[in-house]
Amino acid sequence: MKGSFVAARSLKGSRYALRVDQGESEAAVAVSRTGNDGHSGYIHSYETGGTLDGPGIRFVTFLTGCHFRCQYCHNPDTWHLKNGRHVTVDEVMAEIEPYAEFLRDFHSGVTFSGGEALVQDRFLGRLLRRCKERGLHTAVDTNGYLGDKVTPAMMADVDLWLLDIKSFDPDIHREVTGAEVGPVLDFARRLSDERRQMWVRFVLVPGLTDEVGNVDRLAEFVASLRKVERVEILPFHKMGEFKWAELGLEYKLTHTRPPDKKLLARVHRQFADRGLNVV
Amino acid sequence: MVEASLEAYGYEPDKELHRIFSIYRKDHNEGVFDAYTPEIRAARRVGVVTGLPDAYGRGRIIGDYRRVALYGVDRLIEDKQSQQKSLEVDVMDENVIRLREELSEQIKALKSLKEMALSYGYDISLPATDTQEAIQWLYFAYLGAIKDQNGAAMSVGRVSTFLDIYIERDVAAGKISEEEIQELIDDFVIKLRIVRFLRTPDYNSLFTGDPVWATECIGGMGEDGRTLVTKSSFRMLHTLYNLGPAPEPNLTVLWSRDLPAAFKEFAAKVSIDTSSIQYESDEIMRPMWGDDYAIACCVSAMRLGKQMQFFGARVNMAKALLYAINGGKDEMTGDQVGPAHEPVTTEILDYDDVAGKYDHFLSWLAKVYVQALNIIHFMHDKYNYERLEMALHDRDVYRTMACGIAGLSVAADSLSAIRYASVKVIRNDDGLAVDYEITGDFPKFGNNDSRVDDIAVGLVKSFMDKVRANQTYRDAVHTQSVLTITSNVVYGKKTGATPDGRKAGEPFAPGANPMHGRDTHGAIAAAASVAKLPYEHAQDGISYTFSIVPKALGRTDSDQIGNLLTILDAYTQYRGHHININVFDRETLIDAMDHPEKYPQLTVRVSGYAVNFIKLTREQQQEVIARTFHESVGAQEQSLATHEAEIGRSDTESAEPEPVA
Repeated sequence: MKGSFVAARSLKGSRYALRVDQGESEAAVAVSRTGNDGHSGYIHSYETGGTLDGPGIRFVTFLTGCHFRCQYCHNPDTWHLKNGRHVTVDEVMAEIEPYAEFLRDFHSGVTFSGGEALVQDRFLGRLLRRCKERGLHTAVDTNGYLGDKVTPAMMADVDLWLLDIKSFDPDIHREVTGAEVGPVLDFARRLSDERRQMWVRFVLVPGLTDEVGNVDRLAEFVASLRKVERVEILPFHKMGEFKWAELGLEYKLTHTRPPDKKLLARVHRQFADRGLNVV
Repeated sequence: MVEASLEAYGYEPDKELHRIFSIYRKDHNEGVFDAYTPEIRAARRVGVVTGLPDAYGRGRIIGDYRRVALYGVDRLIEDKQSQQKSLEVDVMDENVIRLREELSEQIKALKSLKEMALSYGYDISLPATDTQEAIQWLYFAYLGAIKDQNGAAMSVGRVSTFLDIYIERDVAAGKISEEEIQELIDDFVIKLRIVRFLRTPDYNSLFTGDPVWATECIGGMGEDGRTLVTKSSFRMLHTLYNLGPAPEPNLTVLWSRDLPAAFKEFAAKVSIDTSSIQYESDEIMRPMWGDDYAIACCVSAMRLGKQMQFFGARVNMAKALLYAINGGKDEMTGDQVGPAHEPVTTEILDYDDVAGKYDHFLSWLAKVYVQALNIIHFMHDKYNYERLEMALHDRDVYRTMACGIAGLSVAADSLSAIRYASVKVIRNDDGLAVDYEITGDFPKFGNNDSRVDDIAVGLVKSFMDKVRANQTYRDAVHTQSVLTITSNVVYGKKTGATPDGRKAGEPFAPGANPMHGRDTHGAIAAAASVAKLPYEHAQDGISYTFSIVPKALGRTDSDQIGNLLTILDAYTQYRGHHININVFDRETLIDAMDHPEKYPQLTVRVSGYAVNFIKLTREQQQEVIARTFHESVGAQEQSLATHEAEIGRSDTESAEPEPVA
């Protein structure tokens, strides 16, 4: 998720371009998925100037594959592995290498995002190991649902977790994402227990996730976690809507407006009042 | 030129003056056209060589205005007299004669300067004795220069740290308070902001927004390792808060990783708040020019009082490529402008074929170009000598012949398309190549991809070498810039479709920028590509314009400042030369197009200088908006496709939430 630099004029070639099939057949994907030892995987795109996904300037790698179907997803073209390009760990590292010195020297680093980065856990694990060998700060952006796949070795290779908690209320979570919230909260507790540094992110969607009680309970939960360095409230926006149309999918939030200042201020306060560093 | 300007604005030129200048007094413009060859005229007419200072003052000379405050005018006159004495030599050749005449002119100019100051009630014969006098004397010197010369770019130099010496002394003596100091600096800046020259509408369509390029350099490091940042560096930047953002003076921070942290943070903050600062790498320039250089115009470094340049505008590299394909015929008019040569005859462009022919045309272009510049500067020295500015120089100055190139990224991408994709030529009924069809993808400049970046680097080097092969007037040292200012729009208009997929008439990217929207791998990749362009082959400067929306710089104010610092430090480390920093929302610009009255001070940095956005032509405004904005939105990762659709629509979304915190 999210934020970094984008070429505005033409989306072609950028990670904002709609890329649904970058040349892999379903069969090939299925085979590599089961037989893959993590030496290769699928990526949507790279971005060299990320400023929002971790400290400093980030080299962001977007992996494909996601089991969530968030109503506001702005990248539905990363849901399937085959939306990505098949690349080896070496190839990814070769993309990072020209920037490695700069990322290290300037308190910056590498962020893995998606899709859901943990869908390709073994691939991700190898990438993280290689980044740490190169002396780079690493961050992983995840919805936490597949947290069980994070091995102790992988855990040790991640300097910062960007954990997106879409909702605290299980029903709302199911409605927003199509998946259960339980595993997400379990992973959050595990990160806390293991004292792993994290930034928690919450997407504020009017009429969907903004209910006072939901936000209160989430804030309460987050406040109970250790090592939460910051909480980021991400206002809903629908600039990914066009991708849904192009993919022939029905976008349910067409009539939803971005949160207004008042709502943002209220939610901000709900987190800040519990002593959290909200940005 | 003056008459054309007057008529354009509805004034009648004075009849007596008209008579004097048409009968008795020849001017620089007339001299140039007396000497131009038909070939130069043709190249100029079609715009393959363009923007030449043959009808306007060349500018880009910086008098060392500090000398007036430091020495007083009398001492400067004595010095010039002794210089004249030093030229009482045995062999009276053309060089000595010219210099002797110039020195006489300089002395007259200094005497006039004294007289001018006296008319305002000040005697500047002697050195300034305190802060107020130092600023006053310095300003008189600059005022004299701009009264004497309607030069295209009239930089101030590097004065804030110089003034700090007087200020510190007065502060130590308890003679002045911080408030009074800031007021004096503000007043000085107001004076610089109100400078206006008389210029024709034609000129303004090329360099829009009333540019004077009263460039002032701030910061940098001394050769002894001490920083040249002083409190007055802060004061100078602070004028952007006290007086609001503005294009002038063109505030230029000389950047080094070693600058004091507090100053770097302040500069980044001012950039984010005002978009009114440009940055140039002191790391690259100091080893070449020492630690007392300043910037003329936008990116041209020169040692103060010891160096000047013969400003040469630029050639159109993209158009030259089309000449190579069309055998020297202009793709817009069909006229044979370049030397007749075998055109490309294949249906699909072949890289070696095109590159070979391009090389041939660039050699021709370099020759015509330097010929034109030699004529222009010979005549400028002869008919429009900058006597006051040169009076504030040493006797013997280092001269550069400052050539320049435009359309670099178009040319590089075109060659890349020809090499890595398949480019089919579309010819009109006369057999002229007028459009191109590309099949397949190709690497584009601005993505840190060496396959195309090397092509761009190669073009810079090879054109520089071709320029160097030509003898220059007064043995000036050949240099070039990669700079367009706002003229990238006009150059684009005059250039047909190019093999990179750019349509006929579409603007070029400004300066050394990647073409709009083609730098798809993020800000650092784009900056890294530009930084590969070699300064040793473009010593007149390499301009890069970087635009970003505030939220894309980081979520909190301190994140934004920190990230901007990182970008500046990283760009410097990558050996980048110049970078303009713009921080604003695209929506703001769109709104400003429709409601200029709401944005009287909206300042935008374009290649090498700053302009008031609402004074740009609509086309230039659209070009600025269409340019790559490094953007993201705080919420989710969002596509800008809908933004695209909004441009030009009047009902732009206003519901975008403010960032919290």
